[in-house]
Amino acid sequence: MLESYLKNRLIEKKILLMTHIVLGYPSFEKCFKIIETMVNAGVDLMELQIPFSEPVADGPVILHANQKSLAEGSTVEKCLDFAQNVTQSFDIPFLFMSYYNILFKYGVDRFAVAMAERNMKGAIVPDLPPEEGRDYLNAMEKYNLDPIFIFSPTTPDERMNYLASFGRGFIYCVARKGVTGLDTNFSGQLNKYLERCRMATHLPLALGFGVKDKKDIDFLKGKTDIAVIGTQTIRLVEKDGVGAVGEFIRSLG
Amino acid sequence: MINRGYYDGFGGAYLPEILVATFDDLEDKFIKAKNDPSFWKEYTDIMSTYSCRPTPVTFAENLTNHFNGARIYIKREDLNHTGAHKANNVMGQGLLVKRMGKTRVIAETGAGQHGVATATMAAKFGFKCTIYMGEVDVQRQRPNVFWMDRLGAEVIPVREGTRILKDAINEAFRDWVSNMDTTHYVLGTACGPHPFPEMVSYFQSIIGKEARKQMLETVGGLPSRIYACVGGGSNALGIFKGFLDDPVELVGVEAGGRGLDSGLHASRLSSKDASIGVAQGYKTYFLQDSDGQMKKTHSVAAGLDYVGVSPILAYLKESGRVRFESATDREVIDAMSLTIKKEGLVPALESAHAFAQAFKEAPKLSKKDIILINQSGRGDKDIFTIADAFDDPGWKEFIKKKAEEYNA
Repeated sequence: MLESYLKNRLIEKKILLMTHIVLGYPSFEKCFKIIETMVNAGVDLMELQIPFSEPVADGPVILHANQKSLAEGSTVEKCLDFAQNVTQSFDIPFLFMSYYNILFKYGVDRFAVAMAERNMKGAIVPDLPPEEGRDYLNAMEKYNLDPIFIFSPTTPDERMNYLASFGRGFIYCVARKGVTGLDTNFSGQLNKYLERCRMATHLPLALGFGVKDKKDIDFLKGKTDIAVIGTQTIRLVEKDGVGAVGEFIRSLG
Repeated sequence: MINRGYYDGFGGAYLPEILVATFDDLEDKFIKAKNDPSFWKEYTDIMSTYSCRPTPVTFAENLTNHFNGARIYIKREDLNHTGAHKANNVMGQGLLVKRMGKTRVIAETGAGQHGVATATMAAKFGFKCTIYMGEVDVQRQRPNVFWMDRLGAEVIPVREGTRILKDAINEAFRDWVSNMDTTHYVLGTACGPHPFPEMVSYFQSIIGKEARKQMLETVGGLPSRIYACVGGGSNALGIFKGFLDDPVELVGVEAGGRGLDSGLHASRLSSKDASIGVAQGYKTYFLQDSDGQMKKTHSVAAGLDYVGVSPILAYLKESGRVRFESATDREVIDAMSLTIKKEGLVPALESAHAFAQAFKEAPKLSKKDIILINQSGRGDKDIFTIADAFDDPGWKEFIKKKAEEYNA
C-alpha cells in the first residue's frame, strides 16, 4: 500500500519529501493551511504528530510545539477529528506520529480502528521497539496499517534485519545521535550508514533529523528514497508565518 | 536485551532506537558485576570508608513514650555521606561507570540530594558531571545548587514542561541520546527503562540487608511494620527488599500534598487519580489525564513530587505485599517538628512522610510491637525549604538582613 505508492512515486521523482507537523500548533486552523500549502508545493507524504507531554526523543523546537499545543487545549479526540478532515481534503498519504502512551491510553486496538476509519496509512511510535509492541503490531496488521520502524546509526546490522522484519511502508533512518532539530553533518559517514540500512531492507528508506535545505536534500539523492523535514518548517512558520512554507518547500525540489 | 525487566506487567524498556545498544551494554555490564562476588565487596568497602555504612538503627525512646504504643526504631540513612540514601545508588553506579570505561556522568535531580550525591561521586572518581534540575527546584533548593557548583558539576536549570523532576529526567535523556559513548546516565531512582529499576534497587538493598541483621542482632526481633516514603521508590525498595520474605508489613508513604481530594498531591498508588501508562521508558501508574498527558503534581517535598513510581512498587501494590498510604504537607511538618523536639533528629521533608504515617499508627499498636521507620535523608541541609515550611519569623528576619548586606 504505502510501499507501492512510494515506489511508484519514485519512478517519477528522484527523492520524495515527507514533512512533519505537530497537531494543534500553532492552531488547528493554521495546521490545515500548512498542510494545504505543503501538498500544493509537492510534498509526497506527511506525519502528523499527536502532542504528548513527555516527548523524550524531540529537541527544543518540537518539544515547545507539543507543549504549546497542549496548553491551547489539544486533545487526542481533536487530533483524530482533524485527521479525518485532512485525509478527506488531500490526496497524499498521512501517518500519525506519537509516543506510545497516547495509543496505550486510547486503547491500542481502538486507536488502530480510529486510524483506519480516517484513512490514515500508518504510524511512527519512536518509544515503542517491536519487543514491547506485540499489541500494536497485531492491531496494525489487522486493520491493514503500516507500522514504521526506526533505524539509528547505533543499530547493529543484525538488529536492523530484526526491525525490518516488523516494518512496513518504509524505514525511518535517524541520521545521527541526539534529538530532532539539531544540525546533522551530511558527509561520508552518513553514506556508510545508509548503505548498511539499504542492505537490511527492501523497503524504501526515509532519512530524518537535521535535514533543512536543498543542499542536504541534494546530498541525499540516490542514497535515500525520502527526505524528512521536521523541525525546519516549524521554525519557518514561527519566524515568517504560514505563507513562507510553500516557497520553502518548492526551493527544495 | 533478553530480560525486559517486567514485574507482573509493570516495567519494560520502551526505548527510542538510538538508545537500545546503550541499554544492552548497560544491562550486560550490570549483570556481570552482579554475578561477580568481588563487586558487592568492592561496593560495601567503599560505602564503609567513604560513606557511613553500616548506618545505625536508633531506638526512638522519647517518641515511643510519647505515643505509648509500638516501640519505634529508625534506620539512619541520613548519616550517609551527602545526607541521604542517594549515596548508595550513586556510588554503586559510579563503580559500574568505571567498569564501562565512561568518563562523564549526567543525572536528574528533584530535591537536589541525588544531584549533590552524583556530583560528589563524580568528584571522587574524576568524572565530568552535568546535573539537570527543574527550574522550580533550582529555586527552592538553592543550597544544593551551590554545593553542586562547588563540586565541579555543571547544573542546568530545566525550563521545559512543569519544570520539576520529570522534566529534568526528559532533559537528561535528551543529553544521553547525544553523548552515550562517553556518558552514563545515573538515574536516581528505581524507575525508568530496564535495567534501572532492578539496578537501583539492587544497590539500595544494602539498607534492608543491614536493617534486618541489626533488628535481629540488637533489637532481638523483626519489626511488625516498616515505613518508608515513596517518591520514585528507591529508599522504600531498598529497605523493603530485606524483608520481603518475612512476616513484616511494609508501608509505603506517598506525598498527600494538600490532601488527596485537592488534586494537589503526588500519590500514585494510594489515590484514585493515577492510572497505568507508559512514559519515560517504562510502564507503571502515572498521574495522567484520560488522554495520557502527565498531570502537575504537588508536594512540600521536592523529592516526592514525581508523576510515576517504580514498576517494582506498582507490582508489590497489586500483589498486596506493600500497603500504600499518603501524608499531607501539614501532617509532615507536624511529624518533623515532633521528631526534632523529641529525638533531636532532623528528617528530610521527604523522609518525614514515613514518620507522619508511623505516628498515625504507632498509638494503635501494642507495646510488644516494633516498628521501623526509614529516615532516608536529613533535613538540616534543606534549611531554606524547611524554614519556609515552618514559616519561621527569626529566619525570615535573618534573610532580609543578609539581603541588605549583599545590596549594600
